[in-house]
Amino acid sequence: MRRLLFLIPLVLAIAAVHLLCAWTGTLYYLTQMTMSAYYSLLVIGLCVVMGYAGQISLGHAGFFAIGGYLAAAFTTRNLAGLQDALPVRMLDAAGLLVSGRDVYGGAQLVVTPWAACVAAVLAAALIALLIGIPVLKLKGHYLAMATLGFGIIIYKIALAVPYFGGADGISEVPPFNLLPGLAITGGSANRIANYYIAWTLVLLGVTLLWNLIHSRVGRALRAIHGSERAADSIGVDTARYKLYTFMLSAVFAALAGVFLTHYNGGIGPSEAGVMKSVRYVAIVAVGGMAHIWGALVMGTLLNFLSLRGVFGTYDDAVFGAILILIMLFAPEGILQTGIMDRLRRLVSRREED
Amino acid sequence: MTIELFIQYLFAGITYGSIYAIVAIGFNIIYNTTGIINFAQGEFVMLGGMISISLLDFMPLACAIILAVAITMVIGAFIEIVFIRWLAAPSVLRMIIITIGISILIREAALYIWGEGVRSLPYFTGSAITAVGIFGARISPQVLWVVGACGLTVLALSFFFKATPVGREMRACAANRKAAILCGINTGNMVTFSFVLSAGIGALAGCMMSPITYTQYDSGTALAIKGFTVAILGGLGNVGGAVAAGLLLGVVEAFSVSVVPLAFQDVISIAILLIILFIRPNGLFASKEAAGLRAF
Amino acid sequence: MKNPGMKLWLVAILCLLAVPAVWAKDDIPVGAVLAVTGPASFLGGPEARSLEMLVDELNAKGGVDGAKIRLIIKDTGSSPEKAVSFAKQLIEENHVIALLGPSTSGETMALKKIAEESRTPLLSCASAEVIVDPLASYVFKVPQNDSFAAEMIFQEMNRQRIVRVALLSDNTGFGQAGKEQVEKIAPKYGIEIVDNEVYDKSATDLSAIIAKIKADPKVQAVINWSIVPAQAIVAKNMRQAGWDVPLFQSHGFANIKYAEAGGAASNGIIFPAGRLLIADLLPEGHPQKALLTKYVHDYEAKYKENASTFGGHGVDVFNILVAALKAVGPNKEKIPGAIEQLKNFPGTGGVYNFSPTDHNGLGIDAFEMMTVKDGKFVPYTR
Repeated sequence: MRRLLFLIPLVLAIAAVHLLCAWTGTLYYLTQMTMSAYYSLLVIGLCVVMGYAGQISLGHAGFFAIGGYLAAAFTTRNLAGLQDALPVRMLDAAGLLVSGRDVYGGAQLVVTPWAACVAAVLAAALIALLIGIPVLKLKGHYLAMATLGFGIIIYKIALAVPYFGGADGISEVPPFNLLPGLAITGGSANRIANYYIAWTLVLLGVTLLWNLIHSRVGRALRAIHGSERAADSIGVDTARYKLYTFMLSAVFAALAGVFLTHYNGGIGPSEAGVMKSVRYVAIVAVGGMAHIWGALVMGTLLNFLSLRGVFGTYDDAVFGAILILIMLFAPEGILQTGIMDRLRRLVSRREED
Repeated sequence: MTIELFIQYLFAGITYGSIYAIVAIGFNIIYNTTGIINFAQGEFVMLGGMISISLLDFMPLACAIILAVAITMVIGAFIEIVFIRWLAAPSVLRMIIITIGISILIREAALYIWGEGVRSLPYFTGSAITAVGIFGARISPQVLWVVGACGLTVLALSFFFKATPVGREMRACAANRKAAILCGINTGNMVTFSFVLSAGIGALAGCMMSPITYTQYDSGTALAIKGFTVAILGGLGNVGGAVAAGLLLGVVEAFSVSVVPLAFQDVISIAILLIILFIRPNGLFASKEAAGLRAF
Repeated sequence: MKNPGMKLWLVAILCLLAVPAVWAKDDIPVGAVLAVTGPASFLGGPEARSLEMLVDELNAKGGVDGAKIRLIIKDTGSSPEKAVSFAKQLIEENHVIALLGPSTSGETMALKKIAEESRTPLLSCASAEVIVDPLASYVFKVPQNDSFAAEMIFQEMNRQRIVRVALLSDNTGFGQAGKEQVEKIAPKYGIEIVDNEVYDKSATDLSAIIAKIKADPKVQAVINWSIVPAQAIVAKNMRQAGWDVPLFQSHGFANIKYAEAGGAASNGIIFPAGRLLIADLLPEGHPQKALLTKYVHDYEAKYKENASTFGGHGVDVFNILVAALKAVGPNKEKIPGAIEQLKNFPGTGGVYNFSPTDHNGLGIDAFEMMTVKDGKFVPYTR
């Protein structure tokens, strides 16, 4: 249990936001808090790749898009016309298909959201594996270019392939029934439940990463960041650890994509754009590269403000200005004052009491 | 494929290629003296085009271009002095993010100054429908202007770096910064100067290509990505490599339309880049040592 | 409160809560979700400016039955996820009685279900036919149907005895929706599409693809379906290549900036468009004449830029909404019914005749065939 104590402030904060909103009659804030949570899930995954494994990735929106687009396509693209094809019959026999009526009364046969989710996340992990092996051998600007290139390819494919809806993207994605009575969907009736679904996912993500960082793997990763050659020479399999982290972050991104797509009821190519990837990298940097908490707080805050349209038509400009100011004056991130240490002290003191 | 079509593709490729190359050269100049990839390079191209179009109302074309290049150079110097000069040993990632931030700010400023509309300079010779015949293919004279400007830039740069004192000092900076400082070279000024130079080259490119490609407040981003691709493909810091890689990529893109749908053109060119990076991690034309100098 | 992370959270949230809304009770809140910046800003920009101009004008005259319109414009930067967030915000927090926009079809499709479920009228500025077909009871669109534009083009081709064409389109929602209609309708007019290519919205030069199509001797004409500036590049590259087959464009060409960008190459382009572009040339007494000349004059005087049909979409959604408000008052659930009652309603896009089964209200007569002559739009005469 002791290993989970660090989560207490986060759990309290999540509940406090809900209560505060309920108290002030502003529960609608939870809509954007839910959306921000999913972006933050991607950001903390990227944070471990960048801050701990020391690898820049300018293509993480690509993994988000793989998750979101595959989930959206599988759960909306009608297979009714292909009913007699062998693969479709096999899927049906395995209970992975659901038939019904679409909004306008036509017969519809689509993949269940659970199966689509698993497939999308596995696809992202597999692509991360295949891309990661050669890409993570690169360094510096070459690594930045290769990941950027990967992101562009995903974006262009989303735009060019009719199956993914081209510039319009995919809409009318059905709700994702996690458990009976618990569905990921955007309606205001499900708002509070979805807020907790999203943040539970983030909690799980944080727990997983926290334990990873404080395990043997985490020490190996920090050794890689310090000096890859030194780490290599003392027998750390740097390539493998880098790859694992990269894949893990891709899975986080894809999961965020799947869930947010069901929540929004659709996805468009803007989610795969280069500017999105740049945004994620910037948020990690602004939060302080190797600070999961910093990434989480900044990811939630900046996305929340942006999704509420607080900056109006100056959204990008404000974002650019924040980037420059923080990188100029607080290059270790806005929360550079050693929160991790303080937190740890806080937790250990409680133990002593 | 008829010979005429072949030549037409070739010239289309050379048009794309020269545009990519001239943007990539701007990347390389700053990279060589600082180890920084300036992601705002595309914005210099946009600024050159936009400023010259605005100036055209008050003066002849040649003056407008010269003045636009000069103004963009001043902006380049300003950016370096305000944002970069005073940073002590910034990390590569920090510089990437700062220059991305600068590029976003310039783009948004351009949106508020010039609006979202599309603008362009007039054709330097002839009009939008003029074309010269070369081996049965027909080329806009503006293409010859772009190719000429690209060629002249490369020649002028190689002369500048080899034969002028400032150029030699910049090369010394690129080779070994500490040693350059010990020799009494003011490396800070050299960095400023490299920003001025690449801003000027970018702006010139922006003026030259504006009649062909048009200028819009956000046209810098796509060019920056292509320019970065070409700079990496040619090997960072290698000006000759950038020209070769630019032309190669342009020609590949032009010929690719004969086999794959146009919509997948960028997928093809980026995929080629990735494959080359996997085989030769330091680009096509870079020696391993040169690239190793500036790893993270 | 020893945890600074948590403190930051609370401070951030309290900051947001501390911005209270000070609005008069009787105002009618109307939301607009437009791509004012970002890749579709050439649509959202003029739409937002037109809306602002009309709202000021109406409120200065006393509003609708004494109630002023309070327009809340949200800039989506043309991303659907932001459109979704803003739409929910406008509906749930600002209690808007209608949503105007979005500018692109992708964003509109993302909002279709939200509008239906929250029973909020949505008047879209995007032209794709999927927006109103299948029909959703709260969703309308004002731009003319792509299929009618395609039919206008094919009718002209039949007259010119053109049967084999090349189709170029951009990769925006507009280009792809049009491409689909052209492919669908072409056989009806006996026209065969022999080449079919899609170019990027930020394309800078298309001479390679033009060379490829030109090398196909079967092609008798080119249809270029696009809404981005790159469509002028197609015209330029064709004429530079010395290729003089007829070039047909879509109503996405209806912006004088594009004709100017094409320069001499724009001359002779044939395209269907709404009458806004030739407002001055319309005969006196034409139902759209008064509206069009006033809008073009006001817009150009206020913003010092040419009026385009895109800004006209902003005018139409606003006027239609105001007409419905005058009929039934600020009642979300009655507005769709009131719009469906509008007949012979002049707009910038044409004369609207809505019905319970037609949420666009425009027929093929909304289009006029036009061409470019000496850098100006003029009616096309054979």
